Amino acid sequence: MIFEGKALKCGDNVDTDAIIPGRYLVSTRPEELAAHALEGLDPELPAKLRDFEILVAGRNFGCGSSREHAVLALKHAGVKCVVAESFARIFFRNSVNLGLPALECGGISSRTMEGDRLRINLREGLVENLSQGFTLKAKPLPGFLLKILELGGLLAYVEERLGGEG
Amino acid sequence: MAGRTIAEKILARASGQPSVEPGDFVEAEVDLVMVNDITGPLTVKALKTLSKPRIRNPERLVIVLDHQTPADRVQSAENHRLLRSFASEFGVKALYDVGEGVCHQVLPEEGYVKPGMLIVGADSHTCTYGAFGAFAVGVGSTDAAAALALGKLWLKVPESMLVRVTGKLGRLVTSKDLILYVLGRVGVEGANYMSVEFKGEAIEALSVDGRMTITNMAVEMGAKTGIMEPDDKTLQYLAEAGVKGDFTLVKSDPEAQYAETLEFDAGELEPLVAAPPSPANVKPAGELSSVEIDQALLGSCTNARLEDLRLAAGILKGRRVKKGVRMIVIPASRRIYLKALEEGLIQVFVEAGAVVAPPGCGPCLGGHMGVLAEGERCISTTNRNFTGRMGSPKAEIYLASPATVAASALTGRITDPREVA
Ligand code: SF4
Repeated sequence: MIFEGKALKCGDNVDTDAIIPGRYLVSTRPEELAAHALEGLDPELPAKLRDFEILVAGRNFGCGSSREHAVLALKHAGVKCVVAESFARIFFRNSVNLGLPALECGGISSRTMEGDRLRINLREGLVENLSQGFTLKAKPLPGFLLKILELGGLLAYVEERLGGEG
Repeated sequence: MAGRTIAEKILARASGQPSVEPGDFVEAEVDLVMVNDITGPLTVKALKTLSKPRIRNPERLVIVLDHQTPADRVQSAENHRLLRSFASEFGVKALYDVGEGVCHQVLPEEGYVKPGMLIVGADSHTCTYGAFGAFAVGVGSTDAAAALALGKLWLKVPESMLVRVTGKLGRLVTSKDLILYVLGRVGVEGANYMSVEFKGEAIEALSVDGRMTITNMAVEMGAKTGIMEPDDKTLQYLAEAGVKGDFTLVKSDPEAQYAETLEFDAGELEPLVAAPPSPANVKPAGELSSVEIDQALLGSCTNARLEDLRLAAGILKGRRVKKGVRMIVIPASRRIYLKALEEGLIQVFVEAGAVVAPPGCGPCLGGHMGVLAEGERCISTTNRNFTGRMGSPKAEIYLASPATVAASALTGRITDPREVA
């Protein structure tokens, strides 16, 4: 799985209230959530995000609540992959479970500028900055998480398992 | 063989292995699943995308309507209706409807939480149940759906951090101050992915209510869960909750391995406050005495149990909340509400000028009532003070104990409770 696109940057400790504020959680509709993605950080970001495909974040991205709405909002706003120095654990699970690849990559946020083109090879765990010409090695995902991502998310995996049980 | 922590022992048992190591990925049998009215609708949606939607063990699911209750708008009401009809369609008996209380209070109080269990809840503060010696982790809605369909879920075995607290808490210094102190030391990601085990005489001296305040906030330092060894107080609580004897008390081996250890004396703590925008931005309450407040909130799954209400009422009794300050009190559950009524605590709050709201999450997550306007400040017994959490992104939230919140409501500025009581 290879993703290529323009990087939007955000800082350290971006919490789930910043990704999708609590007042929007009554909705489960991805399009509605996407319209407010990252709004808690800056009200201009939901519109701006549409021009970017990759989110580059600092440490502890997605800390806070377990709201899967955060992943839905980003994914449906067109984010194809999140690369961060580190993730909060529930966000990481949610991201993989909903088929949005989340890669931990040390050094990515200090060395990437907003708007840089990145190419990400998930299986190899490589993050290539095409604009600046460097490549970083991300923390590799264990095989079964790659499998969940390749299937498109945890439910497809569950479906496969249930099918297997006949 | 090396010693094992409670977390490792519970995960080994749940995954059917003689032992597990930190870093192992396991597929573990889940004993209890919880969803609420924010995360539940997505779980239902997820389950229904399966070609044959099913719940393997309907008796292991508890649904609590607590976040947007009573419904504040049509969409919330639709979410509630969806969960009610889902429960009847799939044979789920444990649905706690509007007004029963906050999920993390309702589950232990109704006897669902038992020591040694593996619990997953679609809510980040599921770690609260660690106070009972269960391994309880917050997950997302899709995780909950998978756990319901398969009866199992993938988990990574965490490293453990040991927090050992010696000594005795001083007057008007509470378990909230203790966990705020730990947060200040460890930081918002200092325990990332870890199981944080709390031990020592200061922890043993706490009531189960007080212990739940501590495990509740483990997630605020990035932890997978907080956990404590069950003891006689735990057993007494379980007996009162009507739990029958089919559970195992799991304790850590004396030679268990901890990735990190933090040790301190509870006697040295003072009332603390976490200033915005992070629960780890902790300062002594006395240092913030120039900060004026507009709202004081006594509520949430962190600090709205009977002991908390008693503490705050003790300070407010016979006094009035400062003019211009709005105080909101929300008992964590209907049972607590009733006991507070019997004990005359509710009378104290209302006479002091506070608004008493129905059990539930209330303003904690800023999606319902009691939201803040631009530039307003709230002192709150809740667990998160992130920007925008309680309404306007230009409002500020300060986290503190019930005693500090009550004291501040009286003076209109952040106040060390020892100054007024
Ligand atoms: S009281 Fe607050 S923290 Fe607790 S479950 Fe409700 S919204 Fe979450």
